[in-house]
Amino acid sequence: MSEQKAPLLQMRNIKKDFFGNQVLTDINLELGAGQVLGLVGENGAGKSTLMKILFGAADIAATGGYGGDILLDGEKVSFSSPFDAIAAGIGMVHQEFSLIPGFEAEENIVLNREPKKSNLLSEIFGDRLDTLDRKAMDETAVKAIEKMGVNIDRHMVISSMPVGHKQFTEIARELSKDQLRLLILDEPTAVLTEREAEALLDSIRGMSARGISVIFITHRLQEILSVCDTVAVMRDGVLVEKVPAKQTSVQEITRWMVGRSVDDSGKGARGAAEPANENAKTVLKIEKLWVDMPGETVRNVSLEVKEGEILGIGGLAGQGKLGIPNGIMGLYEAGGRVEFEGTEIPLNSPRKCLDSAFAFVSEDRRGVGLLLDESLEWNVAFPAMQIQNKFLKNYLGGLIKWRDDNAIREVTEKYIDELKIKCTGSKQNARELSGGNQQKICLAKAFALEPRVLFVSEPTRGIDVGAKALVLDALKKFNRENGVTVVMVSSELEELRSTCDRIAIVSGGRISGILPASSSVEDFGTLMLNNVI
Amino acid sequence: MNEKIKASLKSFGVPRLIITGFLILLLIMAPIVGADLPTQISNIINRFSWNGVLVLAMVPMVHSGCGLNFGLPLGIISGLLGATLSIELGFTGPFSFLAAILIATPFALVLGAVYGWLLNKIKGGEMMIATYVGFSSVSFMCMMWLLLPYHSANMVWGLSGKGLRTTISLEGYYNQALAGILQINIGNISIPTGTLIFFALLAFGIWAFLHTRTGTAMTAVGSNPTFAKAAGINVDGIRMLSVIMSTWLAAVGILVYEQGFGFIQLYMAPFYMALPAVSAILIGGASVNKATIMNVIVGTILFQGIVTMTPTVMNNMIHMDMSEVIRIIASMGMILFALTRKTEASK
Amino acid sequence: MNTEKNKTTSVDWGSILRQASVPIMFIIICAVCIPISGLSANMLINEIVTRMGRNSFLILSLLIPIMAGMGLNFGMTLGAMAAEIALILVSDWQIVGIPGMVLAAIVSVPISILLGVFCGKILNEAKGREMITSYIMSFFVNGIYQLIVLYLMGSIIPIKHATIKLPRGYGIRNTVSLLGMRQKLDNLLAIKVAGVKIPVLTFIIIGLLCLFIVWFRRTKLGQDMRAVGQDMEVARDAGINVERTRIISIVMSTVLAGIGMIIYLQNMGNIATYSAHSQIGMFCIAALLVGGASVDKASIGNVFLGVILFHTMFIVAPRAGAYITGDSMIGEYFRVFVSYAVITLALIMYETNKRRMRSAAGQQLAAAQEKEEKAGKGTSEKGGDQA
Repeated sequence: MSEQKAPLLQMRNIKKDFFGNQVLTDINLELGAGQVLGLVGENGAGKSTLMKILFGAADIAATGGYGGDILLDGEKVSFSSPFDAIAAGIGMVHQEFSLIPGFEAEENIVLNREPKKSNLLSEIFGDRLDTLDRKAMDETAVKAIEKMGVNIDRHMVISSMPVGHKQFTEIARELSKDQLRLLILDEPTAVLTEREAEALLDSIRGMSARGISVIFITHRLQEILSVCDTVAVMRDGVLVEKVPAKQTSVQEITRWMVGRSVDDSGKGARGAAEPANENAKTVLKIEKLWVDMPGETVRNVSLEVKEGEILGIGGLAGQGKLGIPNGIMGLYEAGGRVEFEGTEIPLNSPRKCLDSAFAFVSEDRRGVGLLLDESLEWNVAFPAMQIQNKFLKNYLGGLIKWRDDNAIREVTEKYIDELKIKCTGSKQNARELSGGNQQKICLAKAFALEPRVLFVSEPTRGIDVGAKALVLDALKKFNRENGVTVVMVSSELEELRSTCDRIAIVSGGRISGILPASSSVEDFGTLMLNNVI
Repeated sequence: MNEKIKASLKSFGVPRLIITGFLILLLIMAPIVGADLPTQISNIINRFSWNGVLVLAMVPMVHSGCGLNFGLPLGIISGLLGATLSIELGFTGPFSFLAAILIATPFALVLGAVYGWLLNKIKGGEMMIATYVGFSSVSFMCMMWLLLPYHSANMVWGLSGKGLRTTISLEGYYNQALAGILQINIGNISIPTGTLIFFALLAFGIWAFLHTRTGTAMTAVGSNPTFAKAAGINVDGIRMLSVIMSTWLAAVGILVYEQGFGFIQLYMAPFYMALPAVSAILIGGASVNKATIMNVIVGTILFQGIVTMTPTVMNNMIHMDMSEVIRIIASMGMILFALTRKTEASK
Repeated sequence: MNTEKNKTTSVDWGSILRQASVPIMFIIICAVCIPISGLSANMLINEIVTRMGRNSFLILSLLIPIMAGMGLNFGMTLGAMAAEIALILVSDWQIVGIPGMVLAAIVSVPISILLGVFCGKILNEAKGREMITSYIMSFFVNGIYQLIVLYLMGSIIPIKHATIKLPRGYGIRNTVSLLGMRQKLDNLLAIKVAGVKIPVLTFIIIGLLCLFIVWFRRTKLGQDMRAVGQDMEVARDAGINVERTRIISIVMSTVLAGIGMIIYLQNMGNIATYSAHSQIGMFCIAALLVGGASVDKASIGNVFLGVILFHTMFIVAPRAGAYITGDSMIGEYFRVFVSYAVITLALIMYETNKRRMRSAAGQQLAAAQEKEEKAGKGTSEKGGDQA
């Protein structure tokens, strides 16, 4: 029936760059009324950026807007804020819940759109003094829940709800908006149980039957195939494939997601150039590790790290790869057993780990990695001073441990030279450095500890290409020249393949497999999507 | 270059600028309206010597990220216990000052430890709770001053023979115990050298401590507790240490104040003592989580300068003593300003 | 709404007991002190009824900022100061009785709004430390109040009558008599029941405020305030103007505190110009907390329970203290100590609860892990198969 009309949504040649860093290139998408589009791609492929553009998110405009056109019903639109997008009939359910914890589901469904009744005072003082029309609120909520087709208790308080119901409350809120024509669901099934996910898929089918279009983002490819009309695959900011769901398979989608145009032999992978020593002894043994890191939960991980190797840990975001180093280093509550050269390292104690010659470069540079308001000298020397009593002068037989500012300056300047850190001098505050240089300071801090095992978490996150190469080279050099075992966690598979000897893939909080770096990208891709939560 | 001056002015802060400008104006006005400048300066130096240590007591807690020590009265109470017990036990003359410090120390350590333990339980809400811990302890001690079995005739009420007086003269005890050492008198100026040296020693002690390994850790804990935790620092332990240090310094600070002032003030007197000290260090350039010895010195001089200069200058000028009001508005305005600054490094 | 939740799922006796611990403690203190104080029941009830009429309105003004998540509004003294300025002016104009009170209320409202907006804006700059900031705010505005009352009144602001002026010709005396208004509100429609004077009209006004608050909770603005109070970010995402809502809540609290202060002062019959407001905030907050409120949750019931318990303690403690120790000051200090201790305790409980809630989320996860560890082998083998 809508053949002669323009499709509901058209995206034409959408382009976006963040400060010269191209993240989206010429995306063309079309979506008819009542159609369901499955959008898949690795983390960083550009899915969220594309959806942010569609939804008018503030940070898109703040970083210079986007190129290309978005058309709704054939008319060009440009949203300056999410409120504009909502008014135009677009709804979005984010991964993070946006719910008031002490409110009932019903109150959240109609939040800030409550039906109201005017009264004498509100005539005088304005409509914010209108009383809420509880009956109409009830009706709206009942209708929205009915539309969704999944039954939730509309009078239950959010904070006492199971997580799946919170997700459904969010969906019901979007459905309660009369103007809704296009709903974006960003990984909605990640927090759902199997049965709830099944109910959600039914609900999506129901929406589609009512003429509401859905863009469905997920890593669970089976769901895509069962509910979507079309599948769109993104990779490195490019829309690589767009096919009817009926004509493809999980294997094919996986290949599109991870497949690079480069040859798959693992060229540049360290493993290919100089094969890891198969006979190297195990230096670090992890058994049945669990880590309670919010959003990166680790479940029952066992892993062996060989002396002198660079072990990569990869996987999709939120699957638990970050939890492994953070848990071992005692930053989040953890359980299980970690052995270093045969002796057990107690968990939940950063001090004990550092005493055992471990070091950690955190992915949270600004939160954990740096003293932003102190000098580079302090940042580089602090852990070594505290843990190993370096850079100290002892007076009164060691009673007074005086900070040796000269020694600290020397070591800082040494690393500034070695790692080519751009700064005005060793006294500069860490806050004033660029992301890449801050990362190098974090590395210098870890190097100054002269560790036996170095954990590096997302070493290249948020830094530019040139700095990336320098950071990775510094790591490789440190590994080779000092014989330090390195465990590197990264969401960028290519980076792992070019740096590591072996790569473990984490999925659903568990190790889904360990492969040599030279293995094919498809193999890694399959492991990544194996038991995704 | 101009940009740099602008930036540094901005970081200096408008309220601080106004206060400094106001003091300079007072100094210029003083001779014009006929106030005796040397007397004024001598007053400022004396009041600086009384209050310096109390302001110094802010530094350790600010460094460890516990915020401004609104709980200063707790330390003051330890000092008052030391002072009264020293007299009760029969110490006299300058030696009673030393005795008071020695007796106050265990109280300060124990109270400081309890206080530190409490503040570790309520990270993030330190300042408000510190205020009320101070108030509760002062009002609790009000009862204790009445009930504790003190007997020294110089301290208890003459009629009933029990319960401490609200004000106790230190004549014959440690009045001017420090100020009297090497005192310099030139014309109208009198410089309490001993007190200044004592302050310098304590300030040097804190400065030196902040240069040791533990002191460095304390600054790091205040700057970024998560960083410190990841570097294997016992964050709670360091915070506890800072609170104990602050409490002890407050105890010593009140004793130094008393030896200059000449009286012990009990009951509700310690109640609002935290606020002048807090605003002094803020006027000196400190923020909620950064403070240096220089901030202490500059802040105390500026604050006491305003407190001593305004009454005389204002009185001579417009025959209206608005000093109290100006002091309240300036000091509270300064604290408000500091509280509304966004401190990115905290948490 | 949290209380409602507790009622429906009332299994967690521990947490209920923890919440009720302060009122229970006070009931015990009162139960011990009342017989010792030797006050007759009639006298005691008379006193309590008087104090309920005097204080309830002031305490009710604290409820709205708590609803908006801004904690205990130590800045309510701002409204009290506005009311005092208004009353000083009105008594200089020699307008007495109920008309005088109404006029004072009308004069106080714009001053309260001005101060409330100022306070709200400052508090928006200090999110997360509203309480300490509003507390310092009350001192800061007290300085400005003194500037106005002590120096500007009589010199710039015209004050005609020498009876309220300081002898030097400007500034207001330490005490301003409100003889023309003294208990005019309380006595109108007052009735005596078994020797107890009940200020019916005052209670009607308090009742109307309660009704207003109940009604206000059901308005759009009330709903917005609750939303802002629980999660500012979510509220902002939903299109609620968070900053403005917070300012409105402080303005409402300040205006109500001003009116409450007028009721308070007409009962007292005079204004202690430089001290009447300084203690008001502390005593009102203490009373509210004694009634079982916390920093983030307070109801009308808490207000009345709090007024009764706190003021019973206030009346009997000095006498009981004097009887036990032979020194009347002990009781005076005791009640001051208890006021501060209650606030301290409430603040500590609030902060520790906040931390407990945060760690509870973590513990839940850990428990799930543990369960899995126990279920143990099965899952790990399954994981192994897949690998």
